[in-house]
Order: sequence, then C-alpha cells, then structure tokens
Amino acid sequence: MEDLRETVIIPVTASELYSKVSDLNEDGYRLVQACCTKVSEGFEIIYSFDKEHELLNLKLTIPEEEEIMSITGITWSAFIYENEMQDLFGVKFKHMSLNYGGHFFKVSQPTPWNPKN
Amino acid sequence: MSYVTKSPWLIHYDGSSCNGCDIEVLACLTPMYDVERFGIINTGNPKHADIFLITGAINEQNKAVVKQIYEQMPEPKVVIAVGICATSGGIFKECYNIMGGTDTVIPVDVYVPGCAARPEAIIDGVVKGLGVLAKKKEAMEKGLPIDTAKGKEKEEA
Amino acid sequence: MGKRTIIPFGPQHPVLPEPVHLDLVIEDETVVEAIPSIGFIHRGLEKLVEKKEYTEMVYVIERICGICSFGHGWGYCLSVEGVMGVEIPERANYLRTIWHELSRMHSHLLWLGLLADGFGFESLFMHCWRIREKVLDIFEKTTGGRVIFSVCKVGGVRKDIDEATLKEISSVVDGMKKELKELADVFLEDYSVKNRLCGVGYLSKEDAAELAAVGPMARASGLKQDMRLLGHGVYDKLGFEPCIETAGDSYARCKVRIREVFQSIDLIIKAIEMIPDGDISVPVKGNVPANECVVRLEQPRGEAFYYAKGADSKFLERMRVRTPTNQNIPAMVKTLQGCDLADVPMLILTIDPCISCTER
Repeated sequence: MEDLRETVIIPVTASELYSKVSDLNEDGYRLVQACCTKVSEGFEIIYSFDKEHELLNLKLTIPEEEEIMSITGITWSAFIYENEMQDLFGVKFKHMSLNYGGHFFKVSQPTPWNPKN
Repeated sequence: MSYVTKSPWLIHYDGSSCNGCDIEVLACLTPMYDVERFGIINTGNPKHADIFLITGAINEQNKAVVKQIYEQMPEPKVVIAVGICATSGGIFKECYNIMGGTDTVIPVDVYVPGCAARPEAIIDGVVKGLGVLAKKKEAMEKGLPIDTAKGKEKEEA
Repeated sequence: MGKRTIIPFGPQHPVLPEPVHLDLVIEDETVVEAIPSIGFIHRGLEKLVEKKEYTEMVYVIERICGICSFGHGWGYCLSVEGVMGVEIPERANYLRTIWHELSRMHSHLLWLGLLADGFGFESLFMHCWRIREKVLDIFEKTTGGRVIFSVCKVGGVRKDIDEATLKEISSVVDGMKKELKELADVFLEDYSVKNRLCGVGYLSKEDAAELAAVGPMARASGLKQDMRLLGHGVYDKLGFEPCIETAGDSYARCKVRIREVFQSIDLIIKAIEMIPDGDISVPVKGNVPANECVVRLEQPRGEAFYYAKGADSKFLERMRVRTPTNQNIPAMVKTLQGCDLADVPMLILTIDPCISCTER
C-alpha cells in the first residue's frame, strides 16, 4: 500500500509541458484534474495524472501574461479545467479544442481569483 | 384548508444550493412525509404552478432564470424561500459570485430557514404559503391589487 | 440527412432535479452533438479559504454538496491533516468509514429513486426513498443532522457512537437487505425496466479510459478504478474489492450501484465488528505550515480530488476540490452523441450528476 501522505509533485517548464503530458498519455495515464493557484510570481498550475491508482502531479509556474499550450489536443477532457482556469484566473491558453471564451462560468466580475486583471 | 378550491401545485428550482435542501424538498414528496396528501404535486411547468419553491442563493447566472420562471407563473402565486441560502445567502453570503437571498430578484412570501431545512419545516412553510395564496386569490376576486409585501409572513422553523 | 435543429435543454426542466444546461444538436430524433454549459450554481466557495480559518472551512466544504457532504468534509480534513502531519486515532478512522459508507447507501438509494422516476416508474421511486429514510434516521440519531452532519473535524470526529447504537445500526442495515433485494429484483429483472436500460448509453472501456470517467461510470465499463483501494480510513483492513461490470450501458451502471449498496452494508457491519475503543480525536493547534497535500477519496459518484496548500497561517492559501461529476461530463457528452432525444434525460441521470459539486 502506497503512503497516502506522499504527494509527488514534479516541476515542469511551459515548453516541456506538452511533450510531457503527451508521453504520460501514451503511457496510459489519465488526467485527474488541473488546478491553478495565484502566487506572487504569476500562476502555479498543477496537472494530476493517474495510472492504476498511482498519482503523479506536474507543477508549472508561469508569469501572468504568458500564454501556454492547451492540452485538450491530447486529452479532450481537459477542456473543463482549462475553461475554468481561463474564466476564474485569466490564464491564457493556445489552441483549445473547445473554448467557451469566458462563458463557462458566468461571474459578476471577470477573473475573480485574480482581481487585478 | 377548505378555502383552497384548486389543488396547489408547486414548481421547484435549485438556485445555487448545495442540494441538501433540494433532496429534503423531494423527501417531502415521498412516503415518509408525503405532501401529496395536501393535493400538492411537484410540476416542472411554471404555467401549471401556484407555488414557487426556491432553494439556494441567487447568483449572476441564475438571476434571469429565476425571474423568468416567476414571470411565467400565472397569478395568484406564492414564493417560498427554502433554506438559509435562499433566505439570505447563508454560509455562502461572502462568496464572490453570490448576490444574496431570493428576495434580491423576486418578492418572497414565506421564508423557511434551516441548513438544511427539515422536511417538517418545509411542509409548515408550504402550508403557510397556502394561506397567503388564499388571501391573494381573495384580493384578486375583489379586483384589488395584489400587494406582495402585505402577504409577507415569516416562518420560523 | 435530416434537418439539424438545436434544442436548449435546462437549466429548469421537468426531469432535471438540478440546473445543468445542454445545447442538443439533433437530426430528426437523433442527438448528434451535445454542448454542456455550466455555472448556474457557481458560488466560488473555494475562495472562502481566505476568509475562514482552516478549522471553520470544513463547514463550508461540507456544503459543496448535500448528498456527499460527509465525504467532502472527510476529504478536506484528510488533506489538511496531510499538510499538518496529524495522525488521527484508529477509532475516528472507523467512525469516518462507517459514516462514509452510510452516505454511499443513501446516495445510491436516492439515485435509484431518481432513475425510477426518470423512466416513469413512480412507485419504485417512492419505495427507494422510503427505504432511504432508514439511513437518514441513523444519521439523525448519530450526528443530529439528516443531510449535513458537520461531524468531521481536522484531527478526528466530533461525536462518538456508543456500543448500543453501533449494534442497532448493524441490525438496521442488515434488516434493510431483504427490502433492498426486492427492489433490486425489480431494477434488474423487470421486463420494462430492462427495456429502458439495456444497451442505452453505451460507453466502451476504451472510451471510458480515454475520457477519464470515474466512479460507477468507469466501473460499469469494466475499469478497475476505485479510490477505496488506496486504503483511506480502514478500507484496507476491511478487505475491500470494487464492484465491476463490463456491459458499459445504463443497465450496468444501475447494477454497479445496486451491488455497491449491498457491499456498503457488508462493509458497515464488518467495521462495526472490528471497531476498537479509544479516543475519537487529537487536539490540533497552531498554523497550517507552508506545505502541500493531495488526497483522493471515493465518493458515491466517483473519485474526488482535494488539494490543500498551506501558507504558515491560520488560513490556507489554496483549497481545490475536483468533484466526480466534473470529471464525468466529457463521458456524458460522449454517450449522448447518437442517442435518441427521448433517452437524453435518462442518460444524464445515469452519470448521477451532482451539479452543486461540479460548480462549487
């Protein structure tokens, strides 16, 4: 039995994210979730993958303005998380396969988690 | 309740509740509590409904939906806010996307607080709402304007 | 090729207990595409971590959803305990597992009722909910609440269950088996019910894996995926094995859930036999250190994900909850493609959607 408290978080850079996710997908990992945290340097995005109950997390830290590559081309189900991050934080994605353009969550103020925008 | 000549039907909409009140509303319909003995039927069509039962607080996105359902309902009608979120916003009041209780968009006749509101309290609230409905109906028959504010009663669970 | 029409479905619809909106692109009577739009109950409660201390936040997290409220409270507590490095007493683990399995029973019975209502079998709906009240009575007796318990806290649980009540719970759930068997026979053997469920909404094993389905949806398509295998609580000691079906249709999803209700009963009885004496909580003091923790828990609807990040203060920096319905939406959209318009409400029901969970 794995140690429940063990949280494996591997840092990645924006340029290697796409190939890394692609490798994991080939390996049979499934996307568990993606979430964003507002930190002083910009955004910290965690992508979690699972294979046979083993969890693997990729952590990407990017400056606020940077556009990152969408992973919907690899796992389509990521559209939910990417649209959520786009609406709530204002993270910018390139080549999203399903882009709601900010209408996924309708909120009273734009990007409530990142009010400076 | 002999003064109600038509069986009151209700429509239920989940504003932004946590489902706790919604499942209690449904539990009211089932054998344990059985509001159907009062002739109350849960309908999905606003035009068939006399009572609008709303759970959960109002947010930016469902504001228009709630308003539209209210406007589609024929007069006389009664609005019952079930649960503390529908009453005032409750625990979610401070959330960025919550505007407040149901009365921020439509007039409310009966408030049923509780988190989650118990089926007994919901039934009490609905029965109280029937009284308001009868008054409104009377006013309508006499050709008086229906003053929603006057029918306001507070239900304490 | 027929004419294409777009039908907006929801958020307020007679068959929908909860607000979800779909744009259904149909050709004659067949759905070609379904585009979901959500956000009708988005509250933004994760952001309340900035205003509520970590000990208070558990009450907010529980109110993500009134159906799996205990599970959310547990997941939150586990993640914060992980960040703080707190070990909770064994008895608390047993109690949490018992309440969690009871929640699963009530959630699955609720779903079975809604399913029966969905295919127009009103009396079956009523019977499912009648039996469910017995579970709610146990909750009320042990925690004081019917749907929201607030019994889990960081460091353990708030209430103990005494010996006599544990025995009573054991006999009540055991007694439910007979009635459940009768209902299960209707769901699984009745000709008209089978007619509505068999072969409807097929999701292949490959698609389920590709679209990352979770919970009963994945298990009905033959994937062995259940977070209880991770051994949170005392599942490892109870000898837990997931229920798996291979047909991948609505009937299989129904069967998985029915089997899980019976399995939950067995798990509860076993846990009650094994529960040790001892404390039910440890005192937790001080700030949450600047650390991260990820926890996954099997809710009635599938795998839920909790991420907590401390900031060396009483307030967490980030609390993220990813709920099972959120993950099942792509699979739902996939099963909707190519189905009959009349089957749409049924298919939406079979993923057991919990929109409050999804939108938080």
